[in-house]
Amino acid sequence: MNLTKTSKGNGGRGLSMDPLRDWWATAPGGARWAVYGLLVVGALLLPSESIGAFMAGGGGDWATMLSDQIGIYILLGLGLNIVVGMAGLLDLGYVAFYAVGGYTIGIFATKFGWHFWETLILAIVFSALAGILLGAPTLRLRGDYLAIVTLGFGEIVKKTVNNTQYVNGPRGIQGIPHPPSLSEFEIFGVQPLKYGLLDSRPYYYLLLFLIILTIIFTKRMERSRVGRAWASIREDEDAAELMGVPTFRFKLAAFALGAAIGGSGGVVFAAKQTSINPENFTFLVSALILAAVVLGGSGNIPGVVLGAFIIAWLPERFRELADYRMLIFGLALMVMMIFRPEGLWPSRQRKAELAEGTGGMGSMGAEVAGPGTAGPGTAGHSAEVGK
Amino acid sequence: MLLEIKDIHVHYGKIAALKGITATVDQGEIVTLIGANGAGKTTTLKTISGLRPLSSGSIVFEGNDISKMPGHKRVVAGIGQSPEGRGCFPGMTVEENLLMGAYTRKGDVSKELNEAYELFPRLAERKTQAAGTMSGGEQQMLAIGRALMSKPKVLLLDEPSMGLAPMLVQQIFTIIQEINRRGTTVLLVEQNAQQALQIAHRAYVLETGRVVKSAQASELLDDPEVRAAYLGGELGGDGADGVSGTRAESASDTASDTASDGPSGDTPGDAPDGPSVRKSDG
Repeated sequence: MNLTKTSKGNGGRGLSMDPLRDWWATAPGGARWAVYGLLVVGALLLPSESIGAFMAGGGGDWATMLSDQIGIYILLGLGLNIVVGMAGLLDLGYVAFYAVGGYTIGIFATKFGWHFWETLILAIVFSALAGILLGAPTLRLRGDYLAIVTLGFGEIVKKTVNNTQYVNGPRGIQGIPHPPSLSEFEIFGVQPLKYGLLDSRPYYYLLLFLIILTIIFTKRMERSRVGRAWASIREDEDAAELMGVPTFRFKLAAFALGAAIGGSGGVVFAAKQTSINPENFTFLVSALILAAVVLGGSGNIPGVVLGAFIIAWLPERFRELADYRMLIFGLALMVMMIFRPEGLWPSRQRKAELAEGTGGMGSMGAEVAGPGTAGPGTAGHSAEVGK
Repeated sequence: MLLEIKDIHVHYGKIAALKGITATVDQGEIVTLIGANGAGKTTTLKTISGLRPLSSGSIVFEGNDISKMPGHKRVVAGIGQSPEGRGCFPGMTVEENLLMGAYTRKGDVSKELNEAYELFPRLAERKTQAAGTMSGGEQQMLAIGRALMSKPKVLLLDEPSMGLAPMLVQQIFTIIQEINRRGTTVLLVEQNAQQALQIAHRAYVLETGRVVKSAQASELLDDPEVRAAYLGGELGGDGADGVSGTRAESASDTASDTASDGPSGDTPGDAPDGPSVRKSDG
């Protein structure tokens, strides 16, 4: 145990964010707001041609890349970060909520004529409900066991839509309308609130709006009682219960909130593409989003944004490498996990947890025991007997 | 009667860990459960604090049956526990850990915070240090201090001496006595029977999920069977009656001696068994 302690502790020393973090912690409010402002302005200017020339490389359209890949991944990464990074619940079926969002708009827009904004709200409610539906029975499990069950849930959702005639099975839903334009006003040659077929930039701005909302929301959560409860569950669930934290309720809340954000991503995706099918919601998406969260530094918002950006951008940027790019991409992820297991930009707290050895993914053991789960049942506790 | 455990049975899957344990804890007492690995001591504590479900039997706290009450509500009711393997939040600082202990409490907790720092001066020195980077002894202090933050009526301590250097064990036990003197009832689970029996008022001896003996702690110190099984047996043919009285006295002397020593015997390397190692036993 002491061995892992030192080796992991050294692992992150190469490129430490600590000086930056110390400056940030003591920075006056004005400086912080200036940085926030610059970041937002930077994000608004991101789709411009001059940046795109390098970022998109040959062939690809930068604005489309931003809206279809990067923006979506960042939003989903931030949603999954609530579940994995903040509450420490390993969820391998996150794509299910993305699918619930996509299919909500698919069904309600094409069959009932609801418009985009209505379906967006509906999809958020539906995916939050899906999160509770999944969480209520499964959150009694921990660690690996929870991961397996959520993995199954993701597949169940995909298989279900694949075999449901009502949503055209494997052919999917076509003709999903674009969001209605809010305004025709034009600035620097962009009509940021007019959602059409040709220009991807308005969708990017829509995603950016959702991303900023999510970040503000998550930041506020992090510093609240809820955030402290999540951190305690992540670090030691039994101890959290002993502190009087209603662990089950907070885990359910994390699932519901993460799911709601995933669902909103699905709605924007469907409205941009105008058609969806079950193949849009494969396990690979869950895996990539999880990779984005872990690669960036789970639990740390700037880290997750960075991670999602890299995960979404790299394979698009190097399209000319054709099939080799996934190979290289996989290698790059492995190298990362060897040399910087805590992620590119981890939070200080997560780093300390990793150094301690648990990795903050919750403790192992199949069942979250409690007074509510009485009765003989599952095997596999023999190792615990007599503790 | 503050806490009554009535004939509780607990199962892990199909395997019975507790086969009918009955015990009581009175207001103001220190009661200890001693026994070997696998006797069911920790399971008993976990069941009292709500981390394990009961198969049958009941737990009564202050006259109310709390058998079905979820763990987090038992904290509000007045049961505080320092878990096995310490269970500090490794990524949080010492102060954040202590404040987590007061999670259920509203309003000002600075009084309790100061009290914890006063009981454990070492924690006051390390307020901003991440708990995961502290030594085993410091983490144990933190776990006890944190459990006190909820102002429990009964404090459940799970092997506070586990993995600590002997000097530190003495110190922790002295502090437990001090906590008790200030009015908190203590239910202590220990493998270090010698130490536990010296500070406890009453004790229960557990063997494979059953209570095999219950008596005043001082009587158990003299009990030939208990001595043979848990206190290192009879050495050099000493009569049980002759030695035990003096042994208890001299031991309590050393306890008060080390109390004045302060937290000096603490070394970072004194925690060979962290939580992960601990899980494999039993």
